[in-house]
Amino acid sequence: MMYDLLIAPFAEFDFMRRALVGVLALGVGAGPIGVLMMLRRMSLAGDAMAHAILPGAAVGFLAAGLNLFAMTVGGLVAGFAVALGAGAVARATQMKEDAALAAFYLVSLALGVLLVSLRGSNVDLLHVLFGTVLALDDATLLLIVSISSLTLVALALAWRPLVLESVDPGFLRSVSRAGAPTHLIFLALVVMNLVGGFHALGTLLAVGLMMLPAAAGRFWTRELTTLVGVSVLIACGSGVLGLLVSYHSGVPSGPAIILVAGGAYALSVLFGPVGGLLPRFLPQRHLEA
Amino acid sequence: MGNVTKSVLAFRNLTLGYDRHPAVHHLDGDVAEGDLLAICGPNGAGKSTLLKGIAGVLTPLTGRIEGHVPAREIAYLPQAAEVDRSFPIDVYDLVSMGLWRRAGLFGGINRADRTRIEHALAAVGLEGFEARPIGTLSGGQMQRALFARLLLQDARLLLLDEPFTALDAGTITDLTALVKRWNGEGRTVIAVLHDFELVRGLFPRTLLLAREAVAWGTTGEVLTSHNLAEARRMCEAWDEDAPACGPVSGRAA
Repeated sequence: MMYDLLIAPFAEFDFMRRALVGVLALGVGAGPIGVLMMLRRMSLAGDAMAHAILPGAAVGFLAAGLNLFAMTVGGLVAGFAVALGAGAVARATQMKEDAALAAFYLVSLALGVLLVSLRGSNVDLLHVLFGTVLALDDATLLLIVSISSLTLVALALAWRPLVLESVDPGFLRSVSRAGAPTHLIFLALVVMNLVGGFHALGTLLAVGLMMLPAAAGRFWTRELTTLVGVSVLIACGSGVLGLLVSYHSGVPSGPAIILVAGGAYALSVLFGPVGGLLPRFLPQRHLEA
Repeated sequence: MGNVTKSVLAFRNLTLGYDRHPAVHHLDGDVAEGDLLAICGPNGAGKSTLLKGIAGVLTPLTGRIEGHVPAREIAYLPQAAEVDRSFPIDVYDLVSMGLWRRAGLFGGINRADRTRIEHALAAVGLEGFEARPIGTLSGGQMQRALFARLLLQDARLLLLDEPFTALDAGTITDLTALVKRWNGEGRTVIAVLHDFELVRGLFPRTLLLAREAVAWGTTGEVLTSHNLAEARRMCEAWDEDAPACGPVSGRAA
């Protein structure tokens, strides 16, 4: 019974095994990235960047059809251009990063829509929007796994300045010039993970696997390392559970994965010990000191 | 420089400001190594601006700051430190950032460093707070933690911008003791302060600033009622239509 429910889908079908590898790899990369985005108050920046990637991927698609390479390059170029442009404007002028990012991604999105409309709409474009987690080929899987591996290595190397810049940017500026390059590396990682995510989940849902686990994890711990671990667990767990829900009930897998992550978030808001609703409404007696 | 005592900082016709409006105007002078210098003056006199200039956060409009201390040996505690108090990090990790110069981007923290961190926490009276998330600290405890971080930075020149504002007497006593200790170790300390009593008690030298230097020298000679009245008079709001300043500025573009 349990076997049929949890194991059989993956044991019997090759495409489910591929999807499983894909979502696990995505979860491992997106977990820590999402945590850092949330702590750097960039939760919505991820959404903006996902919109910025869409036109690039669409242009790649229009130029070469459903070609992994063209769409990846298009997405990376558009994403980097917007992230770096907005980052540069924010650091060089008085403008805050969120406003700069909004300006850049809106232009990018409009440009993308214009380009797509020149070639007429195409149903296959839905692949770009909502992904094809059940049809991941070897090349796409390799891309996703490579991006996750690279993300983990880059985060390991840049972890100290990344954390320091989030806690006390003024202090980092006073002791080191690592702040700006670190931030750019981080933006690049965000773009890469979104591009990896859009092959499986689509540009719009890729952000979900990044932000929902991080937001949910914040209700369970006050400690950064644990928070990253919890987020990775929630991201990977949502991936697996979402695939199973999708398999057994026949709903599209991308949205199913994100909805499971959304469910984890809702549970965390309700029951999370760190500032969740239930602990707040069921106060315990205060301590002596 | 040609001074008798070695100077760590020299201001040469220094003008610092925002949007071409000077906040510190044509400042000249030297800070000697081992000085314990207070910067006083009314609000808007350019005290914080001067510290930002020394710390390298702000580039001069004209003139220059000759620093004889490498930037990495300067520790700067801004008026409102930009610490994100909601970040999930504990006191120990916050304080250990002070070891940046030693550990840098990738260096490890060894047993000797851990001892140093423990000593720094003890010196500011924060033993037992190691595992507390920084979000749970009171204002005074946070300032103590930031002082512990300064302690670990082991800097030759310390810049403190109103470090004792909104602190209780006990905390001020503890932290001023640290300032005294730093100075005793030969470090140069420059602090922006409003409490004249504190300045008279602790700081041998004072710069009274009101955009321009009103007086600079021994504290007793600087903080006279005549000078203080003068400072209040000089420090008026900026003039939107002020003409470009004299031929020396030369940057009226």
